[in-house]
Amino acid sequence: MSEKTSRVLSRGLLHTVIILIAVVWLIPTIGVLITSFRPAQDVANNGWWTVLGNMFDSARLTLRNYNVVLSRLGVGRAFLNSFIITIPATIIPLSIALLAAYALGWMKFFGHTFVFMAIIALLVVPLQMTFIPVLRIFNKLGLAGSFPGIWLAHSGYGLPLAIYMLYNSISGLPKELFDSASIDGDSSFHTFLYIVLPLSVPIVASLAIFQFLWVWNDLLVALIYLGGTPDVAPITVQISSLVGSYGQDWELLTAAVFISIVPSLIIFFSLQRYFVRGILAGSVKG
Amino acid sequence: MWPPEVATNPFPVHRKIKMYTKKSTPWLYLAPALVLLGFFLIYPSFHTLYLSFFDKGSNVFVGAGNYIYAFTNRVMLTAFRNNALWVVVFSAITVFLGLVLAVLLDRVRYEVIIKSIIFMPMAISFVGASVIWKFVYAFRPAGAPQIGILNALLQTFHLPPVAWLIERPWVNNLCLILVGIWVWTGFCLVVLSASYKSIPRQFLEAARVDGANEWKIFWRIIFPLLVPTITVLTTTMAVFVLKVFDIIYVMTNGNFGTEVIANRMYKEMFQFGNFGRSSAIAVVLLVLVLPMMLLNLRRFKREEK
Repeated sequence: MSEKTSRVLSRGLLHTVIILIAVVWLIPTIGVLITSFRPAQDVANNGWWTVLGNMFDSARLTLRNYNVVLSRLGVGRAFLNSFIITIPATIIPLSIALLAAYALGWMKFFGHTFVFMAIIALLVVPLQMTFIPVLRIFNKLGLAGSFPGIWLAHSGYGLPLAIYMLYNSISGLPKELFDSASIDGDSSFHTFLYIVLPLSVPIVASLAIFQFLWVWNDLLVALIYLGGTPDVAPITVQISSLVGSYGQDWELLTAAVFISIVPSLIIFFSLQRYFVRGILAGSVKG
Repeated sequence: MWPPEVATNPFPVHRKIKMYTKKSTPWLYLAPALVLLGFFLIYPSFHTLYLSFFDKGSNVFVGAGNYIYAFTNRVMLTAFRNNALWVVVFSAITVFLGLVLAVLLDRVRYEVIIKSIIFMPMAISFVGASVIWKFVYAFRPAGAPQIGILNALLQTFHLPPVAWLIERPWVNNLCLILVGIWVWTGFCLVVLSASYKSIPRQFLEAARVDGANEWKIFWRIIFPLLVPTITVLTTTMAVFVLKVFDIIYVMTNGNFGTEVIANRMYKEMFQFGNFGRSSAIAVVLLVLVLPMMLLNLRRFKREEK
């Protein structure tokens, strides 16, 4: 075998392996997407891949599942709830973390090291350590099963990572920026507003995507603090309860899942650059 | 689901802090954060530790009773075994696949598209991923038309269908772990790919000119340079997956020998209302991630100097 044929062969193998992996990765999602548009009896009788044979047979595709799921199975309400939960639960912790990271990054005070080490330690504390005491207090204050309760909970839980990542970015700003202002109580806020904040836009964008996806996709925290109450349940909780009651109605489950992933996919594909940058800033690179 | 414990990296060098403010000013900026951290993380952690020594209703002191339960109960032991399986298989395969893909994809022009495809499940919730895969694993008795793609594949080869989520102990646990791998490999790929691309190309070119084959180049040059990234990534994955909950809650609820620690903690809390045991299980989880916490703190202190 000449060197050239062996090179062509190994290139061919490389492409085959890569494309095979990509196809395997995509198949489960494609199956769900197709199934969500099929009538119930078709779904029960044959696999979703049989649609691929007669793609343009529109009689075999329907929007009915989406209709049922949105209006009768409470997914519409849950979808809205997810937004009501996620948006404040993204904005509040980020704002608070920005203030804290600014103080940690540029101010000198007694206890600086201690506060920072506490935040690093809190990065790994399992949320399970906090549920029972917090839920008891929430019950007393009437915050359990309410939106403000879960906004606060997600804010608290999101803070360590947000402060840590913002600190890394803010403390790396060139120090000349801070020389100009002679800094007392008032002008420190001026510096924050007009220097730190504008320069932090990229990292804030990355973090906002993290926090949005984390809250949007969260099941556990919502289960604990919102319980099963349908008026406030987010879409993840709603879907997990549908799995219990409509476990074999795949056309409905798949439609519900697809609705739940549309917002995160839109955010993901439109802001992938920030997302990736955030991962790299937060994890391995310096 | 994001790992809030994302492995901490080399901290930025501490520069001389430049701003001079009134003594109280920094605390004004820190106050909202400290209040929330105190209320949602610090105080409850200590309280949970305290509750773990009391009975079901937190009234009677039971000493180590709940911990004895946690380490001897049959279901808890299954949960420990499964968590160990999750940690080893999930971390090893996500990092390994991420590494292989990072190196392979660097050689093709459509790299970006494939990366997006592998990375896409990261946007999907574990709940969504669980439903997606439950459908892949759908099982009907032999003879009936199979609507799950895996059993349909078996059918075309005239093999009997497999109840993927019921067949214990290895098949169902590995099938659950596969869902996690599907979601998180993209994360490892992105991190490792960035690290791989930061290796100066001249190193590799020089080795090629000297006649080293690709296999040798990988093991002698690329791999050693990636070891720090691989180590951090593997520990991050391991610590993250110790707390796995959603996939099990949605797909099997811990039945058929698939229980895990976090799901057990949830059941003890809500299903059985046993706050003592539930707290003890939470403390066990904390102890399991403590090494990671100490590692991070040590690294921070080192950078501080």
